[in-house]
Amino acid sequence: MTEIIVVTSGKGGVGKTTTSASIASGLARRGKRVAVIDFDIGLRNLDLIMGCERRVVYDFVNVIQGDCTLKQALIKDKRNETLFVLAASQTRDKDALSAEGVRRVLDELIAEGFDYIICDSPAGIEKGAHLAMYFADRAVVVVNPEVSSVRDSDRILGLLASKTQRAEKGNGGVKEHLLLTRYSPKRVATGEMMSVDDVKEILGLDVIGVVPESPDVLSASNAGTPVILNDQSDAASAYEDAVARLLGETVPLRFVDEPKKGFFARMFGG
Amino acid sequence: MGLLALFRRTPPTANVAKERLRIIVAQERNARGRPDYLPLLRRELLEVIRKYVNVDPDAIQINVEREEGHEVLEFSVALPEKVRP
Repeated sequence: MTEIIVVTSGKGGVGKTTTSASIASGLARRGKRVAVIDFDIGLRNLDLIMGCERRVVYDFVNVIQGDCTLKQALIKDKRNETLFVLAASQTRDKDALSAEGVRRVLDELIAEGFDYIICDSPAGIEKGAHLAMYFADRAVVVVNPEVSSVRDSDRILGLLASKTQRAEKGNGGVKEHLLLTRYSPKRVATGEMMSVDDVKEILGLDVIGVVPESPDVLSASNAGTPVILNDQSDAASAYEDAVARLLGETVPLRFVDEPKKGFFARMFGG
Repeated sequence: MGLLALFRRTPPTANVAKERLRIIVAQERNARGRPDYLPLLRRELLEVIRKYVNVDPDAIQINVEREEGHEVLEFSVALPEKVRP
């Protein structure tokens, strides 16, 4: 049984690709067979975040147009035997994607026995974003605790509830989860930033993860190693928890409260 | 929050963000799935009605109700109370 998960947000730059790479790696590390697909045609980036940019020969559009087989285009991850990346085309535009073509590729991945297909959506609400979510069983909506990101993600929720195969067929719809990124417990404590509960209440979604703001995310993308693989990092632990929750485990939220400080730290900041 | 920070603190704004989002999200959810010609239809109907009766712009309500298998365009106008001579 294959599960198709779209990672989406509406707004750009909130951490969709970082999240896709980490969730895909996390699932694969637990022995699942995972394919992660970049739907951002013309602005390919998942390959860089996954660190396989120099091994891209064929891409998603090549497969759809029959220039190569799916097997030729799937890039096997260096670190995980069971993880494969399908890169976006860098030279075409988004019109190169068609619903029929995407369906064929997904069907073939399902027939290959993948456990999870992660669809990394482009920003916006146009064709690429639409097709990334259309066949999904579940959606991870990535949100920053900030007004424009929250509003855009609510727009995405509206599309998930109407413009997806599950919504059209009326079989329960797409299951939606909220994943907050760039969360700063310190700024939440001072009332500068909306809290997990605030965002949860506005959007009415269950929380699958809260990833704290962390310098490790940039280092990870610099190095081309999904941040979840950095065992020293809070962001990695937060993604690890999110993966556990995706798999149905119950894990308490971490990194949402500011650590208690000593007397001197409190008096003089720090 | 240290002592030094007390002097340069900007007022907390998270609750403002939450309140603004609550309103706009509710409004946008409400408008979701309605045909996009509704605002224009509303305005044109208002113009026609105003040729005959001087109604308040807010007195016109347009709604699309979805029921099983069909949709109903619901339209109601509250007429102004008659001013007795």
